[in-house]
Amino acid sequence: MSTAAARPTPGQTVGPFFGYALPYAGDAHLVPPASPGALWLHGSVFDGLGAPVTDALLEVWQAGPDGRVPRASGSLRRDGATFTGFGRCASDGEGGYGFWTREPAAVGPSARFVAVTVFARGLLHRLLTRAYLPPRDAAEQAALQRDRLLGGLPPERARTLLATREDDGSVRFDVRLQGEGETVFLEHDPPRTP
Amino acid sequence: MGLEGHPTATAPRREAPVADAVPGLPLPALRRGSAPALLTQADITAEIEAEHAVSAGLRARGLAVPATRNDFAPYRSSILRHPTKDPVQADPEAVELLAPVFGERDVHALEADLTATGAGEPVGERIVVTGRVVDGEGRPVRRQLVEVWQANAAGRYAHRRDQHPAPLDPNFTGVGRCLTDDDGTYRFTTIKPGPYPWNNHRNAWRPAHIHFSLFGTQFTQRLITQMYFPGDPLFALDPIYQSTTDPVDRELLVARYDHDVTQHEWCTGYRWDIVLTGTHRTRLEEPAEPGEEHA
Ligand SMILES: [Fe+2]
Repeated sequence: MSTAAARPTPGQTVGPFFGYALPYAGDAHLVPPASPGALWLHGSVFDGLGAPVTDALLEVWQAGPDGRVPRASGSLRRDGATFTGFGRCASDGEGGYGFWTREPAAVGPSARFVAVTVFARGLLHRLLTRAYLPPRDAAEQAALQRDRLLGGLPPERARTLLATREDDGSVRFDVRLQGEGETVFLEHDPPRTP
Repeated sequence: MGLEGHPTATAPRREAPVADAVPGLPLPALRRGSAPALLTQADITAEIEAEHAVSAGLRARGLAVPATRNDFAPYRSSILRHPTKDPVQADPEAVELLAPVFGERDVHALEADLTATGAGEPVGERIVVTGRVVDGEGRPVRRQLVEVWQANAAGRYAHRRDQHPAPLDPNFTGVGRCLTDDDGTYRFTTIKPGPYPWNNHRNAWRPAHIHFSLFGTQFTQRLITQMYFPGDPLFALDPIYQSTTDPVDRELLVARYDHDVTQHEWCTGYRWDIVLTGTHRTRLEEPAEPGEEHA
């Protein structure tokens, strides 16, 4: 039965009242906070006037340091040991968010990145983007330079996808929904059936 | 209204001009409309109709329009929060082609019954909402997480920011979770939510709805949306529902009453199926643009 693909269910805004429903204990702690080898991936969300977006919800999905995509359950009930690769964080009163996670390794030919989904009141349909991790060596630098998404973007647009290393070793990734430095958001066609 | 405000729709696969995004210059969206307190429903309804005409005109010309438009000024909170540049077409990478795994340890079976969280029965019309989550080819999305949240029967959320002077229900929080089964079926027992007022414009009311959060088999299928009830008189007035500009797409957001789901002397039943196919645009013989996939 392969006729025309079914029409997808449209998105609708997450609205203002997700705060008591979607966040959960340990949602942003893919690993225990400040545990050995933990990465603090953090940033802020801004609107078209540069004001912080205090009612956004970010989700991350990523490979582990071994370059494998996690297939373990347990994101909603963290056991402190299993790396599930998924996290969720509501932005705070200053538009900030942060995840305790691990440095992902690259999977396949692309440079290493964390997949990021953005929801917010006022945002009618969710946005998808990628936070590319700063290179730790020449090989990772080269992977960034030949990444097929980054390579197809004007440099000033590609820059919006590059997370930056802070002095304290953490990694910063800001999301700008609109205006100067507007983050590149992605669209992926549904996979075609042969 | 000119087409300049809709770069996404008029220039598929290309970056929009950056002029709109220069700091210090007013964004075009800010010039649209007036302050919420001064806005009437008639103003918003007229804006909705104008935006729908823009979408319909683009579709008639064979141009791609997102099913739900982020750039939809009748929903005032969207004005400073919608991207002004086209989304960039990207082939999903390995990570994006898989989705997080959820299992029995993540979700307790009782979380699918929103009427069972308090000491007593919540007030309102008890309902079952069930349906299947499938991908674009109709394959079930198995063992995957579905999350819901909603207002109570009086239209009040159990959320500190909800200021609507309607009663809270000590027996209802309005939050539920479940996993789909091997057929992609989810099922919640809950209370029919009430409509509620909001401050988009004067006398603005949301049609009754349940918020749904869904994961597919790929991370690119991640979806948050709202399920509505059939025949709601507020549909035509609601800028959020109407931000899905094609009536065929809007219909997909509405559950149908199903007497086979209704249970004898217990509750009424609604069926709502969900199709996840990642980011979608209606495509009408869009010409291939070799070499511009990532432009
Ligand atoms: Fe709502």
